[in-house]
Amino acid sequence: MNAIAVTVNGRSYSELVEPRLLLSDFLRHTLGLTGTHVGCEHGVCGACTVRLDGAAVRSCLLLAVQADGASIETVEGLAANGDLHPLQEAFRKHHALQCGFCTSGILMAAADLLENRDASPSREEIVDMLSGHLCRCTGYEPIVDAIADVAGTS
Amino acid sequence: METLREHGDDAKVLAGGQSLLPALNMRLLRPGVLVDLNFTTGLDEVTEENGSLRIGALVRQAAAQRSALVRTSCPLLAESLPLVGHVVTRNRGTVCGSITHADSAAELPLALVALGGEVVTSRRTIPAAEFFVTHFTTTLDPDELVIATGWPRIQAGQGGAFEEFAVRHGDFALASAACVLHVEEGQVTEARLAVGSVTDRPELVDAGQLVGHAVDVEAARSIAATVAASIDPPPNLHGSPNYRRRLTEVLVERVVSRAWAAAS
Repeated sequence: MNAIAVTVNGRSYSELVEPRLLLSDFLRHTLGLTGTHVGCEHGVCGACTVRLDGAAVRSCLLLAVQADGASIETVEGLAANGDLHPLQEAFRKHHALQCGFCTSGILMAAADLLENRDASPSREEIVDMLSGHLCRCTGYEPIVDAIADVAGTS
Repeated sequence: METLREHGDDAKVLAGGQSLLPALNMRLLRPGVLVDLNFTTGLDEVTEENGSLRIGALVRQAAAQRSALVRTSCPLLAESLPLVGHVVTRNRGTVCGSITHADSAAELPLALVALGGEVVTSRRTIPAAEFFVTHFTTTLDPDELVIATGWPRIQAGQGGAFEEFAVRHGDFALASAACVLHVEEGQVTEARLAVGSVTDRPELVDAGQLVGHAVDVEAARSIAATVAASIDPPPNLHGSPNYRRRLTEVLVERVVSRAWAAAS
């Protein structure tokens, strides 16, 4: 077992983990943060996307031991003091989710896109980002609308 | 390095993990030891030296994509990077990791071969054309570590192009092609052409027939037909050998025409 110290959504955790434990399983099983979903476990579906030191990453393609010392943000950290994040508000407004399985991953990737890479992405850039996230309910258009709405590019 | 030497084939090097972790999750690989490079320093830089871009082993694909040096000095690499996986996997996946993983359908190995780049390891420098052996296999020894990859800087009179066809963006391509032409006084003086996905490794093909001439539609079609006739792609879920051969023909015609336009 290895000792790791991580900050998740602003809260510090020190835990003992097996070297083989995936970050996604660490978040869900060890910390009980089940908002991060696990779909394909090989990086294709995007459901497990979280932010590691700001950058959106697949938590199923990282080992928990690799996150030692890092700051992680999951979907549980988006809403502040009970107020939904602007992206969450926009998803509600545009009906950008149905079953919600893909939603947490898309929200984290969209937050990284708008905060770190391009505050006003074109629809094409949003679609390009969404190509890494599988949604079987919405047909994607409402998701593009919601992200474009927050970006002010709709 | 000591751990690699001690454990040999039972050890695997972990950089971005975007290919290795899926293989572990699916139990396709069961290494006894993982050597994680992510806590080492000095491997995450893009530098330019002796007419070549040097990309360190921990440079993420997303960082290379954002690098002004990559955009201006190596446009062919810049063109191929957005085709690698997805935004989120590029945040973690490394340029050198994709090269070392050596998937025959991957973009970066094909770009490196087309450019005539090299792989810098802990003990030697290997030309790209000698690095790739077959599917997921390179000439690296089990205890040899890739430190960086070297990408030749674009010269005056040079132009390149990269094309692939995949069923969905981010999927591995059914066929891919890359071309670099050097043009002087309206004639090709040097031609490098490589195909991927349809062979067991990114492979340079003979582009000698382009040298000494201008490239018009006829010339591009002619070499595309020659290349298509020379390959024997296996069928897969999405395409028969004939379909993939025809796809290669179309892509070769496009990269040769586009490289000519970029160089002229």
